[in-house]
Amino acid sequence: MNDFWRTLRVVGKTWPWLLMTAVAAFWGYGRFGGDFAFGLRAGENLCDFLIEMASVLPAMFLLVGLFEVWVPRDVVEQHTGQRAGAAPAVAWMVLLATVQAGPLYGAFPVAISLWRKGCAPRNVFIYLGAFSAMKIPMLTFEIAFLGWSFSLARTLITLPVFITIGFVMERMLPVAYSPPGIASQLQVGNRVQA
Amino acid sequence: MTLLWIITGVTLLASLVADRRKTRGAVAKGLRIFLSIAPLLCGVLALVSLVLSAITPEMLRQVLSGSGSLPFFTALGIGSIALIPGFIAYPLAGLLRQNGASTPVLAAFITSLMMVGVVTLPVEAKFFGWKVAFLRNGLALAGTLVVAAAMAWVLA
Repeated sequence: MNDFWRTLRVVGKTWPWLLMTAVAAFWGYGRFGGDFAFGLRAGENLCDFLIEMASVLPAMFLLVGLFEVWVPRDVVEQHTGQRAGAAPAVAWMVLLATVQAGPLYGAFPVAISLWRKGCAPRNVFIYLGAFSAMKIPMLTFEIAFLGWSFSLARTLITLPVFITIGFVMERMLPVAYSPPGIASQLQVGNRVQA
Repeated sequence: MTLLWIITGVTLLASLVADRRKTRGAVAKGLRIFLSIAPLLCGVLALVSLVLSAITPEMLRQVLSGSGSLPFFTALGIGSIALIPGFIAYPLAGLLRQNGASTPVLAAFITSLMMVGVVTLPVEAKFFGWKVAFLRNGLALAGTLVVAAAMAWVLA
């Protein structure tokens, strides 16, 4: 029984690497061993994902680091905090989101950083919504494949939807909710800056 | 993507000129956050690549083409779970439309793909906590239904 729990704990800690190794092995078997299209596809997919991650995430994390060090808390609070006007705050969030690129998980560290600097929770979620649904580079792609009317209608309909989601999220969270994640690293930064 | 790197490069240079020590701190901090999230992200990406290779574009075309509730909810389900980059998702959606997928099906697929991320829940939870991650994804799923319904009405 003890062994079982110990194994479980090890797997719980190393599963990302186990999975990566498994995909690599599948790919290797498909490429050099037998007829295994599934493995080949999985390997190619993972490769695409890793390239996508490597081409966007370092820039995002550098920006987060610079933002943490340079942008004073009052500035964030003034433009996007609890007392900022709703329309300008939304405009800021959309503007910030549309110049960025890549998958949604790249926006999480930015969102957390904003939150910790005094951005109102509703605006944090509006930022995530804008990041997922109305990035300008992606819009040109969408128009090319799905046409003007579809893309325009989808964007205009999605905007009020994710603004609503932002407000509902804020209502549903405890007033002083503080996101736990990656907290230690960011907290140190705030202290240095003050 | 290029724009992002240009902005990052210019900001980094400006920061270097202004204050070397602060810049070093900023880079170290960014790197630290990246390293703390990278293993989890790699695991999630490996999982997604396995799931995605089990679902072929050919299968999607068969299941999602046409209208009605079955293609709609399949689109919603696949869109919520999968993590497909935009440069693959949009051409795929264009292909689906040529094969007769209806507007609500396409809207549900694209919108849930972008706003709902079931496989990235662990990553989201690491940043925001499980409660927030579940809430946001639940609301985003509800929002997708609203978007799909409105799209069907507007583009009818």
